[in-house]
Amino acid sequence: MLDDKRTVGALLALAAAGPALAEKTIPTAARIIDPAAGWDHLWRDVLIDITVIGIIFALITAYLIWKYRRRPDNQQGSAPRLSAAAAIGWVVIPSFVFMADDFYLAANGWQLWNTFREVPADRLEVQLESGMYSWDYTYPNGVQTQNELKVPAGKPVLLRMTSRDTIHNHYIPDFRVKEDSMPGRITYLWFYPQKPGTHVVTCTEYCGVMHSYMAGQVVVLPPAEYQAWYEAEGAKVKKAAAPAATLSKTPA
Amino acid sequence: MNLKEWIFTTDHKRVGILYLIGSIAAFGVAGIMALLMRAELSAIGPTITADPTTYNVWLYAHGAIMILGFQIPALTGFFANYCVPLMIGAKDVAFPRVNALSVWLFYVGVILALLTFFIPDPPDVMWTGYPPYSTITAGNTALYSLTVLILGFASIIGGVNFLTTVAFMRAPGLGWGKLNVFVWCILGAFVMQLIFVPVLGSAVTLISLDKYLGTHFFDPAMGGDVLTYQNLFWFYSHPAVYVIFLPFIGVVFEIIATFARNPVFNYKAAVYGGIGGIVLISGEVWIHHLYVSGMPDWLRIGQMVSTLLISVPVGLLVISLVGTLYKGAISFETPMLYALGVVFLFLIGGLTGIPLAITSLTVNLSETYYVVGHFHYVMAVAGTFAIFGGVYYWFPKMSGRMYNELWGKIGFWITFVGVNIVFWTMMDIGARIGLPRRYYDYAQFPQAADAQHLMTIGAVILGVGFVIALLNWIIGAAKGPKAGDNPWGSPSLEWTTVSPPPHGNWPSPPSVSEEWSPYAHGKR
Repeated sequence: MLDDKRTVGALLALAAAGPALAEKTIPTAARIIDPAAGWDHLWRDVLIDITVIGIIFALITAYLIWKYRRRPDNQQGSAPRLSAAAAIGWVVIPSFVFMADDFYLAANGWQLWNTFREVPADRLEVQLESGMYSWDYTYPNGVQTQNELKVPAGKPVLLRMTSRDTIHNHYIPDFRVKEDSMPGRITYLWFYPQKPGTHVVTCTEYCGVMHSYMAGQVVVLPPAEYQAWYEAEGAKVKKAAAPAATLSKTPA
Repeated sequence: MNLKEWIFTTDHKRVGILYLIGSIAAFGVAGIMALLMRAELSAIGPTITADPTTYNVWLYAHGAIMILGFQIPALTGFFANYCVPLMIGAKDVAFPRVNALSVWLFYVGVILALLTFFIPDPPDVMWTGYPPYSTITAGNTALYSLTVLILGFASIIGGVNFLTTVAFMRAPGLGWGKLNVFVWCILGAFVMQLIFVPVLGSAVTLISLDKYLGTHFFDPAMGGDVLTYQNLFWFYSHPAVYVIFLPFIGVVFEIIATFARNPVFNYKAAVYGGIGGIVLISGEVWIHHLYVSGMPDWLRIGQMVSTLLISVPVGLLVISLVGTLYKGAISFETPMLYALGVVFLFLIGGLTGIPLAITSLTVNLSETYYVVGHFHYVMAVAGTFAIFGGVYYWFPKMSGRMYNELWGKIGFWITFVGVNIVFWTMMDIGARIGLPRRYYDYAQFPQAADAQHLMTIGAVILGVGFVIALLNWIIGAAKGPKAGDNPWGSPSLEWTTVSPPPHGNWPSPPSVSEEWSPYAHGKR
C-alpha cells in the first residue's frame, strides 16, 4: 500500500515545512494507529478500573452499615483507638494504592493523547473556519464546502481550525474527537476514516442562540469516488479563478 | 416575630437562617428552571418554547443560581454561620456587623440574579460566561458580572470573619486538634475563597469592560486572547468545586459520627491529609476544564497528574467516613439516610470523574451529557443531599421542634430514586452517543429521544421528593413536637445549649475538659 514516491515527497515537504508545523508528525512508514479505536480501548480499561474500585467501596460500606446497625437503643459505638502505627498505615498504604492507579492511568492516558496529536504525514489536510452557525471547509485545491466534509476512506484527515466569531467546537462523535475552534488561534484535530459512510458533526462549545442547530456531516467516500469529486470540483474552482490571472495559484 | 429584628440582626444564628431562607428560595427558582429545561428536552423539536434564547436563559439561570445563589451560600453562609460559633463554644462571630453586611449583600446578589427574569435582554451567557460570545450577545452581561461580584464580595468578608472567629474565639480547652471536622472544612473552604474569588472577580469585570467600555482583553483582533478568560475563570471555578465539596463533606462527617456514635476514624488523616491536601492541590488542576481548548502539552501533563492525585486526599476523606461506621452503633434517621446517600452519590460522581481527568479520554467526553451527569453526581446532587441532610440534622436545634420522621424518609427515597434515574441516564447517553450539553434541541441525535424522555420523568420524581422535604420542614417548624436539647445524643458543643439557642448561645461561656472531643460519645 505504501507508495515510495509519495513517501519521499511527503518527507521532503515535511522537511521544508517542518519548523512551521505546530503539531508533531510521524512518518507514513509507521502503522497508522486509529485514535478512535485507542479511545474505545482505554475507555473500557478505565471503566473496569473505576467499576472495581466502586464495587469494593460500596460492598465494604454496605457490610459495615448492616453489621454495625444499632440493636439496643442505648448502644454506643465501640471503635478502638487507632495506634500511631495504624493511623500512619491507614494514610500511607491507601495513598500509595491510589497513586499507583493514578500514575498507571496517567501513563496510558498520555500515550493515547500522543496518538491524538501525532498526525500521520500522509493525510488530507483541510482548513476549517467556523462561524455562527456553520462549518466552512477549504480543501488544498481551493474547493470549499459548507457543513459537509467529504473525505476518502483509508486516509487520515487533518483539520486546521479557526473561528471568525465566537468559540465553536468541531465534534465528530463517531471518531471520538473534538477540539475548540477560536478566533485568533489555530487549533487542529485529526481522525482516521476507514470505511465509507456518513457521520454527524456537531458543535460542542456554547456559541450562541442557535448552538444546537450547528450541525453538519462527514461523508466518507470510496477513494476513487472521492478523487473524481475532488477533481471535478477543483476544475470548477480553477475555471472560476482563471480570469483573475494576478491571483497566485494555491500550491497543491 | 418582628421583621425589623430579623433584618437588622447581628446574631450569627439569625444571619444563618436568613442565608438558609434566601438560598432555599434560590434553589426553588433554579429547580423550576431545571424542570422547564427537562420539559423542553422531553421530545425532539420545540416543545414548551419555540425560542432557543428562552431556553438558554433558563440554562444560564439554573447554573448560576444553583452554584452562586444556593450551594455556596447554603454551605458557607448558612451552615458556617449557624454551626461554627456553636461548635467552638463562642458567643457569636468575631465581627457580627460584618456578618450582617455579608447576608445583606447575599440578598442583593440573589435579587440581581432573579432580575434575569424581569429585564428585556436577560443574560444568556451560561454560568461560565465565555467570551467572545459574552461580549457580543444581546443579553445583559453586566447583570452577570455584577451578580458574581456582589456574591463574591459577600463570600470574601464572610471568609475573613470565620477565619478570625475560629482562630481567636474557641472555648477554653478547645485546641485545634479538637475542632469538629466540619469547622476544619469551613476553614479550608474560606481559605480557598479568599485566594481564588478575586481572580473570578477580575475575569467577570474584564468581560464587562470589553463589552461596554470597548477594551480588548479578550478580543484577538486587537491583541487580546479569548483563552485568558477561560484560564482566569477556571482558576477560581475549579477550587469553587472544593469550596462546595469541603463543607458538604464536613456536614456528612458530623452526621455519620453522630448516628454511628463513633469518633471520626483517623481524624488527623482526614483533617491534615484530606482537607489540607485538597486546599493545596485545588489551585493546580484547572487545565482539565480546557482539555479541548488547544492547551499546550506541558500544561496538560502536569495538571492531568495533579487532577488524578486529587484521588489521594479525597480517598483519605472517604476512608475516614466509611471507617467511622466500623464498630459503630448505627441508626437510620432521615439525616443519616441523606448522609449515606451522599457517600453513595459521591462515590459514583468521584469515580466517573477519573476518565475526565485523563486528557485523551476527555477528547470524546468533554462538553457532553457525560460531564453534566458526572458533575451533578459529584457536586450538585451530593452537595444538595448533604445540605438537606444537614438541615434535617440541625433542624431540632434551630427550631426546637422535630420534623416528621416518616415523611422525611419518604422524601429521601423519592429524591434518591429520581436523581439516579436522571443523572445515571445522563452519563450513559453522553458516553454512548456523545450527546452535547447546552442543547435546546437535538435533531441530529434521534437515538437520544427515549433517554431524554426518561430523564424528564426522573426530574419530576426528584422534584416531588424535594418538595416533600421542604413541606416537612415548614410544618415541623410550625407545629412539630418539642425536640429537646440533644435529640441525637451527640457530645458536640452545639447540642449542649438549649434549643433553639438564645442570643449569646450559652448563659455562661462553655469550657471543655481534657477527655472531651466533639465525637467522644457516651462520655458526658
